[in-house]
Amino acid sequence: MSVPGTLDPPRSTPAAGPPAPARPPVVRARRLTWRRALRRDWQLYSLALLPLLFFAVFRYLPMIGNVIAFRKFQPGGNPLGEYWVGLRYVEMFLNDSTFWNVFTNTLVLGVLTLVVCFPLPIVLALLFNELSSRRLKRFVQSVSYLPHFLSVVIIAAMVMQLLSVDGTVNQLVRVFGGEPIPFLQQPEWFRTIYVSSEAWQTVGWGTILYLAALTTIDSDLYEAARIDGASRWRQTWHVTLPGIRPTMVTLLILNIGTFMAVGFEKILLLYNPLTYPTGDVISTYLFRMGVLSNSFSYAAAIGLFEAVIGLTLVLSANLIARRAVGTSLW
Amino acid sequence: MVTVEHKPAPAPALPAVRRRRRGLKVTRGYRVFQAVNAVVLTIVVIVTLYPFVNVVARSFSQEAYIRAGQVNLVPRGFNLSTYKLVMADDMFWANYRNTVFYTVVATAVAIVLTTCYAYVLSKKHLRGRSALVGIAVFTMFFSGGLIPNYILITSLGLKNSVWAIALPNAISVFNLLVMKAFFESMPVELEEAAAVDGLDTYRILWRIVLPLSKAMIATMVLFYAVAFWNSWFSAFLYMDQSDLFPVTVYLRNLIAGATGAGSVGAADADLQTAANIQAVTIVLTVVPILLVYPFVQRYFVSGVMLGAVKG
Repeated sequence: MSVPGTLDPPRSTPAAGPPAPARPPVVRARRLTWRRALRRDWQLYSLALLPLLFFAVFRYLPMIGNVIAFRKFQPGGNPLGEYWVGLRYVEMFLNDSTFWNVFTNTLVLGVLTLVVCFPLPIVLALLFNELSSRRLKRFVQSVSYLPHFLSVVIIAAMVMQLLSVDGTVNQLVRVFGGEPIPFLQQPEWFRTIYVSSEAWQTVGWGTILYLAALTTIDSDLYEAARIDGASRWRQTWHVTLPGIRPTMVTLLILNIGTFMAVGFEKILLLYNPLTYPTGDVISTYLFRMGVLSNSFSYAAAIGLFEAVIGLTLVLSANLIARRAVGTSLW
Repeated sequence: MVTVEHKPAPAPALPAVRRRRRGLKVTRGYRVFQAVNAVVLTIVVIVTLYPFVNVVARSFSQEAYIRAGQVNLVPRGFNLSTYKLVMADDMFWANYRNTVFYTVVATAVAIVLTTCYAYVLSKKHLRGRSALVGIAVFTMFFSGGLIPNYILITSLGLKNSVWAIALPNAISVFNLLVMKAFFESMPVELEEAAAVDGLDTYRILWRIVLPLSKAMIATMVLFYAVAFWNSWFSAFLYMDQSDLFPVTVYLRNLIAGATGAGSVGAADADLQTAANIQAVTIVLTVVPILLVYPFVQRYFVSGVMLGAVKG
């Protein structure tokens, strides 16, 4: 089956007829078809009711709930806040030096994760693709997918075991004549630990979509390249990579969209007050501010800021991708 | 683009043509490359598996050896007493039962809601369909955020109940799109024939579509079940009593206590005692996943590929 590689555009209103000079009849025609659609498909629409209720309550209501970023909120009081305070909380976090520290940490961790964890699956997929033994390939793939299925709690626990003073990494350090390092207590190590554990967990699973894209490349292209005298390396560069470019662009856009939400849960599990200088990010900071210190409005203001940046990032990445390479999410 | 099959396909395998096509002439440089490739992939396998082996080795070792930094691939001072100790903890089993219960309830809710909505979205003739898709897709890129969600769950009085875990995560938009793509790939003639025979939409869905979608639904059950089994943050956030925790939160509290998250100056002795208990708890938590993994992995791969067609 061939499906266009685009998502349906989120349209708020169903398509109306062309802007005809006679406007009232068009509107009436539309209303009639709506009524007819309801009469014909009411059972289908009824199936959508519970899911729509879910989206309304658990997805869109929290978006509205963000008004407490601009209102005074009292725990146990009105969930939407008591009275308007304008941009007080926004000003507050813009003048908060801790906020700017966690903002920088978020950007640094986000960029590092993107730079390391985006290209690795592409490289690994190309390596998988060159394996001639089918059975070996299956085995290596299965092993590399495994970390994807583990709870982040287990990953964090294993990271702690490996990096503890008596763990394997420190044994290696000792073999090479160094002193054991309490890695998880030292801010200068946090980024390395986070990014490498992220790579360990995601690289194998990330190859799946590339491997799927690789199978769709037309073999005639390789034939033609070889007749033109292209070496294997050049075939990879001029045929394989362009062939998986749409997948790369799509995944890049998606990665950029989640850029600001860098592994909140994993950081929450791995960091501690000693590593706050490099490990604390926007989401963990607002978690401590809101849930632990009860500054809900302040935390909501930061959260809203983060969400808006995330949305802006994904929209601009999408736009740039469409202009530059003609691939986009929608 | 990708062939959509009703049965999950095995891991992406290349047709024979493909392998032949690049293997006409084997140059010396290519042989070197093959060797390097084999070495690199071996390293990948070792690096992926080592943490598991290490944890298992630690779980069977005596604390003294762990503390001395002598446990790597094989247990030192082999013993089962740590396992006995952890397994004698009633709270551990209570939390394990909670994990099972939460996973079953949340997965059931998620399957019903996702299936209903995906089926509706797959009907191309439906008026307002693109708006219904848009409502779902938009939430992939913009979310209310942690604090409003926390206030919402608290205000709804869902704290300390399974619904705090099940309801807010009832539809994963990714899974929804996978299922929608699957329903769209089904031949329309079947349903048209059923409609001619006088079946209404509910019966068509229940008697015709769902029986043909067993493999897809199994894949979805796996997707959701693994996600709920592994989740910890909702429970951590919304459960106040330790007898309500899932086992992931049990483990989280164990490791948080051990690394001094919050209490930096924790006594060194406590930290060390926890090491093999931690290892045992990790092993006992991860075993169910490792046991089912070989059997379910291919369903995941095919599900993700099906989703990729749309994404």
